[in-house]
Amino acid sequence: MPLRRDTICALASGPPPAAIATLRISGPDVVQIVSQRLSKPRLTPRHATLVDLRSSTGDVIDSGLAIFMPGPASYTGEDTLELSLHGGRMITELALQAFISAGARLAEPGEFTRRAFEAGKLDLTRAEAVADLIDAESEAQLSQALRQMDGALESLYSGWRIQMTDCLALLEASIDFPDEEDAPDRVDGPVTEMLIQLQSDLDRALEEGNITERIRDGFRVTILGKPNAGKSTLLNQLAKREAAIVTDIPGTTRDVVEVRLKLGGYLVWVSDTAGLRETVDIVEAEGVRRARAAAENSDLRIWLYDQRESFESGEVRPGDLIVANKSDLSDKDVSRETLSITAKDGAGISRVEQAIIERLSAKTQNLSAPMITRARHRQGIERAQTHLKKASEFLNADIGAEFTSEEVRLASRELGSLTGHVDPEMVLGAVFSSFCIGK
Amino acid sequence: MTARMEFQVIVVGGGHAGCEAASAAARMGANTALITHKIETIGEMSCNPAIGGLGKGHLVREIDALDGLMARVADVSGIQFRMLNRSKGPAVWGPRAQIDRKLYREAMQNEILNHENLTVIADGVEDLQVDGGLVAGVIGESGAIYTAGAVVITTGTFLKGIIHRGAERIPAGRVGEKPAIGLADRLYSLDLPIGRLKTGTPARLNGKTIDWDRLETQPADDDPIPFSFLTDRIHVEQISCGITHTNADVHEVIADNINQSAVYSGAIAGRGPRYCPSIEDKIHRFAEKNRHQIFLEPEGLDDDTVYPNGISTSLPSDVQDAFIRKIEGLEAVEILEYGYAIEYDYVDPRALDVGLQVKALPGLFLAGQINGTTGYEEAGAQGLMAGLNAVRYTRDEDHAVFNRGEAYIGVLIDDLVTRGVTEPYRMFTSRAEYRLSLRSDNADQRLTDRGIELGLVGSDRANVFHVKQKDLAAGRVILQSEASTPNEAQKLGWKVNQDGQRRSAWDYLAYPDIDMTAIETGFPNVAMLSSAVKSQLEIEAMYAGYIERQKEDVAALRREEALMLPAELDYSAIGGLTNEARAKLEQIRPTTLGQAGRIEGMTPGALTALLAFVRRRPDRKPVKGQAANV
Repeated sequence: MPLRRDTICALASGPPPAAIATLRISGPDVVQIVSQRLSKPRLTPRHATLVDLRSSTGDVIDSGLAIFMPGPASYTGEDTLELSLHGGRMITELALQAFISAGARLAEPGEFTRRAFEAGKLDLTRAEAVADLIDAESEAQLSQALRQMDGALESLYSGWRIQMTDCLALLEASIDFPDEEDAPDRVDGPVTEMLIQLQSDLDRALEEGNITERIRDGFRVTILGKPNAGKSTLLNQLAKREAAIVTDIPGTTRDVVEVRLKLGGYLVWVSDTAGLRETVDIVEAEGVRRARAAAENSDLRIWLYDQRESFESGEVRPGDLIVANKSDLSDKDVSRETLSITAKDGAGISRVEQAIIERLSAKTQNLSAPMITRARHRQGIERAQTHLKKASEFLNADIGAEFTSEEVRLASRELGSLTGHVDPEMVLGAVFSSFCIGK
Repeated sequence: MTARMEFQVIVVGGGHAGCEAASAAARMGANTALITHKIETIGEMSCNPAIGGLGKGHLVREIDALDGLMARVADVSGIQFRMLNRSKGPAVWGPRAQIDRKLYREAMQNEILNHENLTVIADGVEDLQVDGGLVAGVIGESGAIYTAGAVVITTGTFLKGIIHRGAERIPAGRVGEKPAIGLADRLYSLDLPIGRLKTGTPARLNGKTIDWDRLETQPADDDPIPFSFLTDRIHVEQISCGITHTNADVHEVIADNINQSAVYSGAIAGRGPRYCPSIEDKIHRFAEKNRHQIFLEPEGLDDDTVYPNGISTSLPSDVQDAFIRKIEGLEAVEILEYGYAIEYDYVDPRALDVGLQVKALPGLFLAGQINGTTGYEEAGAQGLMAGLNAVRYTRDEDHAVFNRGEAYIGVLIDDLVTRGVTEPYRMFTSRAEYRLSLRSDNADQRLTDRGIELGLVGSDRANVFHVKQKDLAAGRVILQSEASTPNEAQKLGWKVNQDGQRRSAWDYLAYPDIDMTAIETGFPNVAMLSSAVKSQLEIEAMYAGYIERQKEDVAALRREEALMLPAELDYSAIGGLTNEARAKLEQIRPTTLGQAGRIEGMTPGALTALLAFVRRRPDRKPVKGQAANV
């Protein structure tokens, strides 16, 4: 009956940012993980020790206090490590990644407490309001997972769940109702399509959701506009150096010029691009194509135009920043959202910087389900994705529908661990509403 | 002086639940009585004469693995055996057979009337005897008193059963049977939660008046595969069923008269099954379909009655006449009995514990349709478990329970007592989370050992089982020890990674394109195994990867199922429970933490609070009503 358990990790303190973040790891691999990731491979039990935490590549993530509590004299009854680090989002995220890459997995809500109870440990805390403590741990984590998730994410998941349910309905109808004329015997075509769609949706979400990567690798900001609007001048002002060649000749910038900046604590790559215009010049045309490609991949697009002209808003998308340049030469009014600057002498540049910072931080805010939740979500979605890929492989190889269905079920169960269960009753409901069953 | 007879267990009702309950109790060695109105109707198939199908076939195999009756009786009365889903993998094969109704009834009566430890009594049951809050027996219509330590009620749709056909209303259980009033009143007086369901049946046709030559037929399998692990082969003559369809004319007649349907006139309040809609439902809900399939299923080899599967209806007789005769092949058909809908009360199975015992009245067990299920197989499975647990109750033993990872029986009962029902409950394979492990081919390997331990399995089956287990074990050893290099595999045309890893015959079987025949070419020693062993092990190896994964899940499930929640647990004393969670827990009173987790709307937070509380109990028994988290 004693099943080999795995090792779990989680943020034990409140969501970052906070002064201190305490992370907890519990399970049979704690000693091994300590030796791989901490600067002191052996820790004296129940002593606070100052250590460096290292990532899988050996980079120091942070220094902090580690307390090692060997089982069974620990909260969970297993070997446990508590590590207090500085309470930044990035640090906690990287610290969890470090543990996970060394063999731990993220704990389910309440799992430490659950292990503690299964080890019979919590009997000792009789004088305490145990139930309240448990609530603080599990409900808080739950509400992080379920309630604080922003609405968009939740509707995204439920959309996937509906698609998976529909997919299962087809597969299950073919399995459970073989004698029904209306239930399909083979469902390969539609299920293949649904699986492909789901996989690309999950892929996209994983990409978009990976804001920590953006924080680490830098956001992409692209300056766009007509030739000679002053894009290169703006870039140079932001970079505070002559990064791009500036002339009065329209079409000077042919390629994408990138500079790396620190803005408001964010790492930002700003790209200057070729002015957007119809051209017969092959080199310039390629520059225009590259400009559009850069714009497509960027997190923020700045449209720059000459204030003496009127702005053509045809390609502007929501969230784009519009800046009017050469305000010293113009007495035209600009719209309320438009910033008016004179790039040449730096007037208004700080407002552009401020606007960039605001928009980027709005992005991180919008995606800021608490870090722990997001890491858990990413893991869940990645595992779901693995199952969906397998489902597609089985379908293509024409191996029984029960295998395909099993993988879709496992995928939906992974999502279920994020949002709540996909009930067999939901699948049956979808079957009965789609097919006339009743031999 | 009234007659008085003493038993250990009494089973009321001789349907499929009743027969399995009585047999199970008697097999356990309990002095058992089966009391039924009419001995002649024991084992009667009151609806469609067929056994098995997807999920249902799995249940039959499980009943058999526990030495129940249904599979063996079906094997001597099945007239059209078909393994459904043969084109798919064995995990979702569904054994099914069309049954000769008379042969089945006779074989079942033969089993029941000649059963060791079992007395069959023809009497109605008027009331329960209750002594000190515990069931003590029943009182017969005859006035006789039958005492027992436990009573299993398996009386089907007898609670306020009403037959609807057009505007006609006939109070009844089944056509021609009188409803039991006294016992029903007693059950109502227990204040159990009661719900209302409906189901329907089609007209019965005279097969001699069907124009078979014009119809498509569906033959039996060439190699009928028996239900029972004890049956070597099927000896009963096999027949074909006919297939016909409704058409636009049929739909027009029904649509024109839909107001006369008992369901559509609003006369029926009970909810019907979505998987078995009436023909008027099908036409109304799927109006875009211009025809519906009908299977014409003969009810016996020497019986001309035909069951037209797919056109159950509560339309008036004259409308039934009109639409049925517009169906191809049925233009001149004689209708022997008209279809009808039946509406009945059922006991919300959430009033039962995991042993199918009524929580409010210890010693009383309910099984079958009375619990809101449909189908002979679902009834039989419950009957078996109720009979088993009734005996255990009289011996002061805990309920025997199969969990969802062990058996479809476990899925069935857990669904019932944890989730309740909203339509007549039928088993589907999609209800089983561990479908790839819970196959119909391995029901004996999953359950027979447990059955032997529980005292349910007789020595004949135990012997057969042990021989089979030994053969399988030997076969596994051979398959796992015979191995080859990737190079050797490649020479046989097998596509494996050229990674230098030796692989066993067992490993190769997990490859979709390598089957047992191929293995025999590569490893001549394997050819010596019996074909039964080979085919069983081939299936096992095919699913091995998934079974391993599911084993981990099942182990986690078992850990949760091992955490028992005391029946008298005071949920109001547990901190950290929402009002909703508390209300549900109080209603269902789950037996284990695992069951609590499957209650709709239960959150991990609530479960953890529950776990915390229960774990602390040995140290600190809270007084009822006292808050625990102060």
